Amino acid sequence: MPDRTLVQAVRDALYEEMERDDRVCVLGQDVGLKGGVFKATEGLQQRFGAQRVLDMPLAESSIAAVAQGLALEGFLPVAEMQFADYSYPAFNQIVNEIAKMRYRSNGDFSCPLVIRAPTGGGVRGALYHSQSPEAFYCHVPGLKVVLPSTPADAKGLLKAAIRDPDPVIFLEPKKLYRAERQDVADGEAAVRPLGSATVVRVGVDLTAVTYGYMRAVTAQAAARLSQDGIEVEIIDLRTLRPWDVETCVRSIEKTGRAAVVYEANRTGGFGAEITAELAERCFASLDAPVSRIASPDVPAMPFSASLEHAFMLNPDKVADGLRRVARY
Amino acid sequence: MSTDVVPLTRERVLDAYRTVLRARALDDRRFVLNRAGKLAFIISPRGHEVAQVAAITALEPGRDRFCLYYRNFAAALACGFTPEELMLAAFARAADPSSGGRQTPGNFGSRRRGVVIGSSTVGPQIPKAAGIGLALKWRGEGALCYVSFGEGATSQGDFHEGLNFAAIHRCPVIFFCENNHWAISVPQRLQVAGPGVAERAAAYGIPGIRVRGDDFFAVHMAVQQAARRARAGEGPSLIEAEVLRLQSHSTDDDQRAYRDAAELAAEAERDPIPRMRNALIERGWLNADDDAALRDEVNREVEQATDAAEAAPDPDPASLSRHVYANA
Repeated sequence: MPDRTLVQAVRDALYEEMERDDRVCVLGQDVGLKGGVFKATEGLQQRFGAQRVLDMPLAESSIAAVAQGLALEGFLPVAEMQFADYSYPAFNQIVNEIAKMRYRSNGDFSCPLVIRAPTGGGVRGALYHSQSPEAFYCHVPGLKVVLPSTPADAKGLLKAAIRDPDPVIFLEPKKLYRAERQDVADGEAAVRPLGSATVVRVGVDLTAVTYGYMRAVTAQAAARLSQDGIEVEIIDLRTLRPWDVETCVRSIEKTGRAAVVYEANRTGGFGAEITAELAERCFASLDAPVSRIASPDVPAMPFSASLEHAFMLNPDKVADGLRRVARY
Repeated sequence: MSTDVVPLTRERVLDAYRTVLRARALDDRRFVLNRAGKLAFIISPRGHEVAQVAAITALEPGRDRFCLYYRNFAAALACGFTPEELMLAAFARAADPSSGGRQTPGNFGSRRRGVVIGSSTVGPQIPKAAGIGLALKWRGEGALCYVSFGEGATSQGDFHEGLNFAAIHRCPVIFFCENNHWAISVPQRLQVAGPGVAERAAAYGIPGIRVRGDDFFAVHMAVQQAARRARAGEGPSLIEAEVLRLQSHSTDDDQRAYRDAAELAAEAERDPIPRMRNALIERGWLNADDDAALRDEVNREVEQATDAAEAAPDPDPASLSRHVYANA
């Protein structure tokens, strides 16, 4: 199995799905000869041509709208928003048009497509290349939302998203694009189903539910707690809508404590929804309130290294938060 | 059909005239039913009927795609919706073919008729139609996408994005603006800079044509020429049909509150339906007896459609959660 970074795994998923099914096409800004600003579409236009790998005008609403038109005509478009922060001009197309297509036509129409976007911070991207907008999309019935944290998950879940009959928002943590390499399977063996969480660290004292870049940060925090004799069980959700509540509930029934670690600002973040659901479902099992460990409620992370550092969760901050839950 | 135009025979014109009369009679009945408290909300096509039916008559329902907007009641009839189906939508009954009673009755959709389900936001269908046009171009079967909107929608960024994209890729799209000079209460002088909408086509390097929307033959010819261009691979066209809004924006609006009474009275005298009737009489294609017979026939249809729709069942409350996703 080839050794792949996360962004290479994304590119491989696109390549394999385009080879497998000629309805699959890619569109976005700079996805053509340049291969995308992060190289997620590198070599695709050379292999599949300028029709199936289409450079779009710098206009996100029309990127979503054209993808939608192609989907309505039976193609399987994968649209790239260059940064998740830049998906907002397409918000009406995504939320009012794409997400509600099936519902508002009483099942007569559907809109199977994927919208990919790099998400999250920690790369000195400042306010407009660092945001984590998953909560906006997780709020919308009709959308599915995926946010992988490893090369193998990125590839397997993107392949599943392209094959899914419903629209999928596929958020890729840009901090992890080249952070690690992993053996990633080829072809059908690579596919991973949407909606399934994974227990990435087994522990008995506390459950940490997380996703994206925070998986790695939480793992480092858990290693520190382990030195103090506190064993954290870490769950990587991988898919946020629908999210795997049952895996979390089973873990909390064992540990009796839970925290949710997420990179977005705290208020109204998707972690707040996870917290509420787990509080409702696990009340009788809990020895402490389900706690949120999240970024501060400032508009987004600033450019300055010191301010970015102050914004971002890191192993210290997460370890502090987890300790508070463990000692409650 | 080849890529040639649809011939305008006497039979086709009389059929179109019947559709115009049907739209007016159905709409008049809907208004009465609204005031009687039986219909919650209606958007009237009054004043637009001739332009809408003339445009659709130049196209090929079943082959072409239609992205309609909320005032396209007469266009929907011309696309093949039956009076009973549109009354089912007005009553929001389960058998409403567009949405099963989920949307307000101006959002038309029917996969088998090529009418792409609409929504109630203004303008998103414009770049969507460009995407559909791209797919139709790829398929290369000579089909086109017709998209209609009011002049208010031309203020939206989606108008620019859609025309720009369609022009870049020479997509087979007809952009049809029904300019009634009022977007609810905002007049054209506060909505559209410059002389009008048609002139904007020049910026995209495509034809922009302004026609009198009360002239069936002029509208038909303009759309026919745009269709010929589209099917021949010459790209999109923008048509601005000047029409009158002879009714308030919707049944929740009363335009007497913001429009000049003398102007409204003068516009009522310029109803396009008598003008179409007179044009047919002048051609010797219609006489007063035929006209009266047609109106009787249409009134009977309205009675039957109303009775059937009123008696039809509402959606089952248990269906509320259906069609959010493919498997639900």
